[in-house]
Amino acid sequence: MNIGVFVCHCGSNIAGTVDTEQVAQAARSFPEVAFATDTMYACSEPGQAGIIDAIREYGLDGVVVASCTPRMHEATFRKTIGRAGLNTYLFEMANIREHVSWIGKDKEANTNKAIDLVQIAVEKLRRNTALFSSEFEINKRVMVIGGGVAGIQAALDCADGGLEVVLVERESTIGGKMAKLDKTFPTVDCSSCILGPRMVDIAQHPNITLHAMAEVESVDGFVGNFDVKVRKKATYVDWEACTGCGQCMEKCPSRKAEDRFNEHVGTTTAINIPFPQAIPKKAVIDPGACIMLTKGKCGACAKLCPTQAIRFEQEDTVVQEQVGAIIAATGYDLFDFTLYGEYGGGRYPDVVTSMQYERMLSASGPTGGHLVRPSDGKEPKDIVFIQCVGSRDHSVNRPYCSGFCCMYTAKQTILTKDHIPDSQSYVFYMDIRSPGKLYDEFTRRAMEEYGAKYIRGRVSTIQPRNGRYVVKGADTLMGSPVEIEADLVVLAVGAEASRGAGALAEKLRISYDGYGFFMEGHPKLKPVETNTAGVYLAGSCQGPKDIPSSVAQGSAAASKVQALFSRDKLASDPQVSSVALQRCVGCAKCASTCPFGAIEMTEFRGMPKASVVETVCQGCGVCAVTCPQGAIQLQHFTDNQILAEVNALCPY
Amino acid sequence: MSVTQYAYYPGCSGMGSSIEYDISTRALCKSLGVELLDIPDWNCCGSTPAHASDHLLSASLVARNLAIAESMDVAGIITPCPSCLKNLKTTSLRMQRKAFHDKVESIVERPVRADLPIKSVLQTVLEHCEPEAIASHVSRPLKGLKVVPYYGCIMNRPPDVMTFDDPENPTSLDRLMTALGAEVLPFPHKVDCCGASLGLVRRDLVTTLSGRILDTAAALGAHAIVAACPMCQMNLDMRQSQINRANHTRHHMPVFYYTQLAGLALGQSESCLCMDKLCVNPADTLRLVDCPAAEERTR
Amino acid sequence: MPTKTVPDRNDGNFLQEVQQASEQNLTRCYQCGNCTAGCPLSFAYDIPVNKLMRMLQAGEKHAVLSSRAIWLCASCETCTTRCPNEIDVARIMDVLRHMARREGLVAEAPVRHLWDAFLTSVEKHGRVFEVGMMANFVKRTGRFWTDADLAPVALGKGKLGLRPHCIEHQDEVQRIFARFREQA
Ligand SMILES: Cc1cc2nc3c(=O)[nH]c(=O)nc-3n(C[C@H](O)[C@H](O)[C@H](O)COP(=O)(O)OP(=O)(O)OC[C@H]3O[C@@H](n4cnc5c(N)ncnc54)[C@H](O)[C@@H]3O)c2cc1C
Ligand code: SF4
Ligand code: SF4
Ligand code: SF4
Ligand code: SF4
Repeated sequence: MNIGVFVCHCGSNIAGTVDTEQVAQAARSFPEVAFATDTMYACSEPGQAGIIDAIREYGLDGVVVASCTPRMHEATFRKTIGRAGLNTYLFEMANIREHVSWIGKDKEANTNKAIDLVQIAVEKLRRNTALFSSEFEINKRVMVIGGGVAGIQAALDCADGGLEVVLVERESTIGGKMAKLDKTFPTVDCSSCILGPRMVDIAQHPNITLHAMAEVESVDGFVGNFDVKVRKKATYVDWEACTGCGQCMEKCPSRKAEDRFNEHVGTTTAINIPFPQAIPKKAVIDPGACIMLTKGKCGACAKLCPTQAIRFEQEDTVVQEQVGAIIAATGYDLFDFTLYGEYGGGRYPDVVTSMQYERMLSASGPTGGHLVRPSDGKEPKDIVFIQCVGSRDHSVNRPYCSGFCCMYTAKQTILTKDHIPDSQSYVFYMDIRSPGKLYDEFTRRAMEEYGAKYIRGRVSTIQPRNGRYVVKGADTLMGSPVEIEADLVVLAVGAEASRGAGALAEKLRISYDGYGFFMEGHPKLKPVETNTAGVYLAGSCQGPKDIPSSVAQGSAAASKVQALFSRDKLASDPQVSSVALQRCVGCAKCASTCPFGAIEMTEFRGMPKASVVETVCQGCGVCAVTCPQGAIQLQHFTDNQILAEVNALCPY
Repeated sequence: MSVTQYAYYPGCSGMGSSIEYDISTRALCKSLGVELLDIPDWNCCGSTPAHASDHLLSASLVARNLAIAESMDVAGIITPCPSCLKNLKTTSLRMQRKAFHDKVESIVERPVRADLPIKSVLQTVLEHCEPEAIASHVSRPLKGLKVVPYYGCIMNRPPDVMTFDDPENPTSLDRLMTALGAEVLPFPHKVDCCGASLGLVRRDLVTTLSGRILDTAAALGAHAIVAACPMCQMNLDMRQSQINRANHTRHHMPVFYYTQLAGLALGQSESCLCMDKLCVNPADTLRLVDCPAAEERTR
Repeated sequence: MPTKTVPDRNDGNFLQEVQQASEQNLTRCYQCGNCTAGCPLSFAYDIPVNKLMRMLQAGEKHAVLSSRAIWLCASCETCTTRCPNEIDVARIMDVLRHMARREGLVAEAPVRHLWDAFLTSVEKHGRVFEVGMMANFVKRTGRFWTDADLAPVALGKGKLGLRPHCIEHQDEVQRIFARFREQA
């Protein structure tokens, strides 16, 4: 082999603490190295041209680049040598930036370590072989998990682009949080007026299959060919027959079912359609509250239903969906404020969450759009809003800013004034975060035109007094404590990861952060990708986001899927396992350990042998360490290659 | 009922200004099978004056008591006084750090392990005997008595140190009083500070802070306040006349130690419980408690 | 109000010293004011407690240590319990009192005298002797006993012993004080 070594300065990133010239010098003495040089920016246009020139000039047939992490630029350099006509697997990278220059200051030690890493790469490269990927078909269907505004946008964009879409929603209706909102900032337009038509589009789009009351049970396969099991929960109503007329709700005697859609402001009937614009508009029975299902008698709904849709014996079903890509859009949940004992821990009826307040503001909400105190139904006059409840608070392990609560609080003060002109709103805030277009102007309007009184400080405690609530806060700009007697207190509760997000991430094999938000592929450059090919993110499942950003991400994820599906076939990664038939004794240990089920047992001349399904193999290498014969080897990471690396590092 | 032995740290006020707390605590523990062995020759923990002057001095004063208790065969150290409790617990916690531990040992000149569990009497009693179990021993239920439970500011705060009950809405006294038959009113000032430590130097501050507590208790219709802290009790009881004068109020609000009311419900006599030591005369309030025995006496 | 130039008002290592003695990270304080909002004595403070934290960050040693607030703090732990950044504010208040004492900056002298009288009593008897402590306090402050009205009540209820409860090994406690002074 004629090996070329290129040692990158990365500006001063590497050259600052590594003598790159000396590394190149040392490389020249390694076996089969025909050429070695240092270079300013290997990844730049002239840097890549230099590599191609050297390949041609010195007849190189293998290349080592000593630079940054392969996660950054392996693909770049593989393409480079491909352009010069080499097989892209005759390439190795030595990471002398993250593993050397960024972590040590001692130039001499750094240089020595860099030389070692280059030597390891050379020894590996000497044993590399040309690998060739094969192609496989893509299933051009896409699954969107979560039917909030982000998921709706992604589904519609994909479907409009001609793709078949499967939308899976956990609740009985799509719409997510936005469906619960009254009006939306910064334009104060009616939420259901702008979301409603989109929801109807989902229901009517010929390319979209909607599974509501459903959750993903398992995900098998890989990009282009995912195999997803979806559990459709029992609704006790035959949705084929149900017309959504709602007659059942009128006569249901069980009225104590929890009303999740209305954020538990009040209760609802055991058989229920959460709101008039629900999509799908189908009734669902809450088995815990239904008298028939708990006590075996009643059946009022069944008698009334004009289409005989009630099915008390219904059970969960599991459907299987084959898709080529998945978009996760599972949104967020709200921080459980009962952790704050100082705010009553849920004991005070007139201390409500911001989302409960949205429902109270909404004309289709439990109070018919009348702002009243839950305790006595009276109209509140003094309303205190407390921001950052469950956000920016280390003591409850929520140090992050939820991003949108400053804005919706300003909105709610404006709507409060519209509802009750002689009311006074007070807002306790720490900072006002309003960096969007027209956002800061909006918060100013709340103060200047709607008279909301903003007080800079946190609230220490809320104490009931004579049927009202004493809110004890501070005005740090005045340098004093303040007390306000309120009729109603609204807590701007922060956003946290959606319930069950971690479990879903594990099924999708994507990473999530310490709070349960899904991790994007790169914080700047891959905002809607994940580290698992074919799985994308949209909306606040990745971190708190307002509606415009969630929608933008929905569209972005859809366009990523379109790009993926613009090809008819995908190239498989040739870094998969392969079996040396003459060594394999057919013990099937590999087949039983493979986490992806990629190994099949076959027969060869009457002997049992293992055989790898290349499209399923993820190249994890578990089989290779299991095989007692060393018969199954992971291509590009064979025992010989790895031992050569070890020997280079520890020659004695 | 099983008997468990504890090293008992009465605290200085138990020898004087809160003697009725000490006496009624001993009586309650005895009747519930919590055996108290006084820490022999215990010394003052230094209270706020010590920790406000120096943390090493404060810890050293505590550590001598810890060391003595460690030589006894006991399940832990318990004290009725939250201020002592906070000092004992804080010291024991800080002594987990070797550098500080060594410094303290060099000052007290004896080995201190600082590893015994330290608890309030309230916590011990409730861990030893569920309120429901205590209810079964009640011979004179506190029926008809409306009380507000006042825990004081440091019985369960800071939570990392005190590790007992909820720091914002503690319920242990509530549960105990309910089990004894009293009606417990929801009290917003359960853990608010009464200002007791400033009593001698800034009475003006104390009358403001304590006034609020009395005002709310009265507004809620409480017959009495139930206290668990000698400083709070003294402040609200002995100073009630001062508070009334300063705030132009006319409260007559008895302030009991919870141990006194528990003793009463368990059938101990008012004199054994030193009801006569309370400054705000509780006689009218006690008459509210349904009491066949009392009726007999008056006949 | 005079303009302060930042390096001037930054008093050397003050912040470091406070952080070390209190084992707290004050750079975490983002001035939310929760401590001030909950402090029962804010109404009596000359400087609200969140501002004290800010002044610590800025290194305003003299102003902080000569404040009256640090002596009026009742150690009620409300601030510590509710600080969203888990700063043990009450412990910092303790440390500020220690430092103020060492610097001879005691803005509320009676508080200090009371504590000294208390500790003197402990040193002497091993436990506090309430009557003796109060006599000592009056002597130090020249104040007549502020609670003269309570004396008859307390005496009548048998709550004030006229003789101290001395412990058996008073010497041990005295040695603790002596060795503490040596080390300080
Ligand atoms: C009180 C309040 C007021 C607000 N007001 C405004 C405003 O005026 N303007 C604005 O721009 N933003 C506002 N927001 C923010 C807005 O709610 C979000 O930006 C938006 O809802 C994010 O949409 P999403 O689709 O990412 O998530 P979501 O709305 O949370 O939707 C997620 C969907 O996924 C479903 N799901 C979750 N997990 C699963 C699972 N495992 N399987 C299947 N389905 C699942 C959920 O049921 C839900 O339908 C407000 C937020 C609050 C709390
Ligand atoms: S059977 Fe159940 S859901 Fe139907 S009306 Fe009766 S309680 Fe309601
Ligand atoms: S958006 Fe505003 S209210 Fe919400 S966490 Fe951030 S700063 Fe606090
Ligand atoms: S509560 Fe904590 S973060 Fe807030 S101002 Fe006080 S010390 Fe700073
Ligand atoms: S500990 Fe001191 S500063 Fe903190 S809230 Fe209590 S009195 Fe105020």
